Amino acid sequence: MAHAPAIAHGAEHEDTTTGLNHRKLLMWAFLGSDCMFFGTLLGTYLVYQGKSKVGPFPEDVFSIPVTSTSTFVLLMSSMSMVLAYAALTRGSMKGFRIWLFSTAILGMTFLAFQVFEFREFANHEVHFECSTPLSELTEYEKTFVSQCTDASVVVEEQHGLTPRTNLFGTTFLTLTGFHGAHVTLGVVWLLSLFFYSFKGGVRPETNLDVDLAALYWHFVDVVWIVIFTVVYLFGVFPGI
Amino acid sequence: MTTLAIPLPSRPVHPSGVWGWLTTVDHKRIGILYGVTAFIMFMTGGLEALYMRAQLSVPNNDLVSPDVFNQLFTMHGTTMIFLAIMPMGAAFFNYLIPLQIGARDVAFPRLNAFSYWTFLAGAIMLTSSWFLGGAPNAGWFGYSPLTGEAYNPGHGIDFWILSLQILGIASLAAAFNFIVTIVNMRAPGMSLMRMPLFTWMTLITSFLLILAFPVITVALIELMFDRFFGTNFFVPGAGASPVLWQHLFWIFGHPEVYILILPAMGIISEVVPTFTRKPIFGYPVMVLSGVIIGFMGWMVWSHHMFTVGLGPVANSVFAITTMAIAVPTGVKIFNWMGTMWKGSIDLRTPMLFAIGFIFMFIIGGLSGVMHSSAASDAQQQDTYFVVAHIHYVLFGGSIMALASGIYYWFPKMTGRMMNEGLGKLNFWLVFIGMNMTFFPMHFLGLDGMPRRIYTYDPEMGWNTWNALSSTGAAFLALGVLVFAVNLVRSARNGEEAGADPWDGRTLEWSIPSPPPEYNFAQIPTVHDRDPFWAQKREGVRAVPVAGGSGGDDEHSIHLPQPSYWPLLSSVGLLIGAYGLMYATSSLVALSVAVIGVSITMVSIYAWSFEPVNEPDGASEH
Amino acid sequence: MRMMAEETHGQGANGDIHTGHPTPLIYFKVAMSLCAITAAEVAIFYVEALGHGIIPILIVLSAAKFILVAMFYMHLRYDSRLFSGFFVAGLVLAILVFIALLALFRVFF
Repeated sequence: MAHAPAIAHGAEHEDTTTGLNHRKLLMWAFLGSDCMFFGTLLGTYLVYQGKSKVGPFPEDVFSIPVTSTSTFVLLMSSMSMVLAYAALTRGSMKGFRIWLFSTAILGMTFLAFQVFEFREFANHEVHFECSTPLSELTEYEKTFVSQCTDASVVVEEQHGLTPRTNLFGTTFLTLTGFHGAHVTLGVVWLLSLFFYSFKGGVRPETNLDVDLAALYWHFVDVVWIVIFTVVYLFGVFPGI
Repeated sequence: MTTLAIPLPSRPVHPSGVWGWLTTVDHKRIGILYGVTAFIMFMTGGLEALYMRAQLSVPNNDLVSPDVFNQLFTMHGTTMIFLAIMPMGAAFFNYLIPLQIGARDVAFPRLNAFSYWTFLAGAIMLTSSWFLGGAPNAGWFGYSPLTGEAYNPGHGIDFWILSLQILGIASLAAAFNFIVTIVNMRAPGMSLMRMPLFTWMTLITSFLLILAFPVITVALIELMFDRFFGTNFFVPGAGASPVLWQHLFWIFGHPEVYILILPAMGIISEVVPTFTRKPIFGYPVMVLSGVIIGFMGWMVWSHHMFTVGLGPVANSVFAITTMAIAVPTGVKIFNWMGTMWKGSIDLRTPMLFAIGFIFMFIIGGLSGVMHSSAASDAQQQDTYFVVAHIHYVLFGGSIMALASGIYYWFPKMTGRMMNEGLGKLNFWLVFIGMNMTFFPMHFLGLDGMPRRIYTYDPEMGWNTWNALSSTGAAFLALGVLVFAVNLVRSARNGEEAGADPWDGRTLEWSIPSPPPEYNFAQIPTVHDRDPFWAQKREGVRAVPVAGGSGGDDEHSIHLPQPSYWPLLSSVGLLIGAYGLMYATSSLVALSVAVIGVSITMVSIYAWSFEPVNEPDGASEH
Repeated sequence: MRMMAEETHGQGANGDIHTGHPTPLIYFKVAMSLCAITAAEVAIFYVEALGHGIIPILIVLSAAKFILVAMFYMHLRYDSRLFSGFFVAGLVLAILVFIALLALFRVFF
């Protein structure tokens, strides 16, 4: 097992004006810039929230239990990422590879959840029995009540949510789609590092490469933290 | 180590000729590439303007059709802002920043090359629209719903969207590079408050770039999705609001105008002290006012929307913030004047343009303050009064400052002086032409002439001013021609300039003209603001020959090696964009798009595995 | 023999700010906090009685998660303030600009 001294990261010991590494500075500037990118997407979503003229609306399609699970998965991937980096700086290449691969797997699991969710939304059906009391129907479902000629009728219609359906579909799918694209890029980055490590390209001394990927990965996680709360949890309110 | 299975050309070691330029990572060469390209695009935008002025010179003219006129004003604005002024600024950032801070190159030389080639890709794409079915025609600000599929079914707007996205990538790459360079590569002793003001303004501009461009990127994505995929971002029938486009555009657009003017102000802050032989008056305030302008630039955007109906509260808030931003701007003017006060003024061409800038920018600022009142803006909005304002600040302001900078730094870049006689002729033609063209527009605007109309009736009372304005444009064109002649002649056989022809104050004047590839034989240690001026007082002279004495051995200076991956990445973007343009209706185009994006992805991948320098200085497979 | 970070820098379970290296235990504790907070958010979401009141509560909770990830996982607590500066600048600007945008669209009133 390689014996490597633990390397303190972020310490000001490079031959630059600030002592900080150029690429790390670049990454943080990039993350600040990316805040504006997601801010604009989220801003668009919030401006249009509650303004869709036709359904389905958030309360019709969102499944908080499912999304909570995918959120949990992404949060755990941040933990595995940070453990991967810690293993690398400790000199444990095996630990590094295991935790890094786990992070990529968890990331891909999150993406699978997203794909599943988007497909569910696209195949959304309005489905309720007319015997259901009005108070238990969503606003969108209520618009179909005219089909209830008597209590035994079951309303069943295909009304999927796509980017073209309404403002909600457009803004929600674009926002989460770009987040998913960021995650995908992150997974590719992590897997590249994983395979590169077998060629000796990733070593404790070059831990900065992994540090940069980790920062990007955690950023993608915090963006999701914001989206989960502001989009999903607040989605229960038709218009804030 | 590269691990690609395909056989590739080896990494260039000391490439010469065209291949040398295509693979360069030297900031000075990249600066020159930016400058030459930007000047060509400036003349293109100028031609578009001349066409418009010819059309408007007399009432009921039919030189161009209304449809072509719409394309002309759209392309003129988009070209001048994104393909002329911004890249010309980038030319100066590229050439000068390492020299002013005492560095040998920028932080990420290949990223630097990439930003130039990507800019060129965007320039090619946008300009080619003229020949590929029609240029965009909805103004440089592309208001919805005019830019939607319903009202604009052709490809013009698609060219606009995709070109701006490519240009955005170029600007972002450059800005990130300059932030890291300025923060992290300064010579020992050069604290932030000892940096040249041009460097400071570049730093602030770069922050504005990285924070503003993401907003327009998203807005353009949203518009593109509406046009290509039928989404609802700006579709009123789905409940969307076209006003959202305006907000997103101007949240970007207002910081953008500060991106256009701050570098110009930085140039003036270098030229005026040099040609007055005095340090800048109030350096800390000049820095602070630049920073404040950067901050406040985010608080004023809806002054472009006073007539949209946002309501009295919104209008009042933005009117107040807009008036407030005049303060740090005005402070700079006072400080330049304070610098000149009791100075020993040298009225050669760079200083003529600088004084012209101050004068013209004051006028542009005054019309700007007139706009800041929502009430008076209600009359001025969408009239030629705004056109007057824009051109006083952007031509009288940015362009004149850039001209000043070119005359000032041309000797450093080429080792030759520009001709002073032609320079003065250039200045006066431009100064007179500029005022003749744009001052009448104030009156036209107040007399009610709207913007973006292709002709007007003779009874409106606008004939004389329009004729005068178009005559002025001819003078302007002549002035630009004189400039071009001066540029070419001087580059060929201008009078030889030494390292320090103007008795300069900052570090770039302490090295030979043109600088050696490695810039400084020995990285200087800085003890003062205006470090070279201070050095000269202590008896140090400019280094007359390359290498100099007591410096590092030239062979021990390691410079970043050339690379072709940045160029390839940009080529991939251009191919991908052309493919994407037609991808929703053609499978071939879709394949082209995929190929283009793949070239970019592979290039970026290979680039990330390529070391800054090959270990033995030679290429390896 | 492997040298553990905590042995080299002689730090306790809380991580040493000055040598900048939290322990795997800290990372695990942060992960558990993130899970607990998420669970709390979801639980509060189902309390219908709170109505719109969940908004400030959930904002505070997700801000807590954000800060935990930024400070510990992204290491901002231990790193140069310049990194935090770059990031916070973009973050704060985004928050302020887009709150202003929402206000302009009368989202709040």
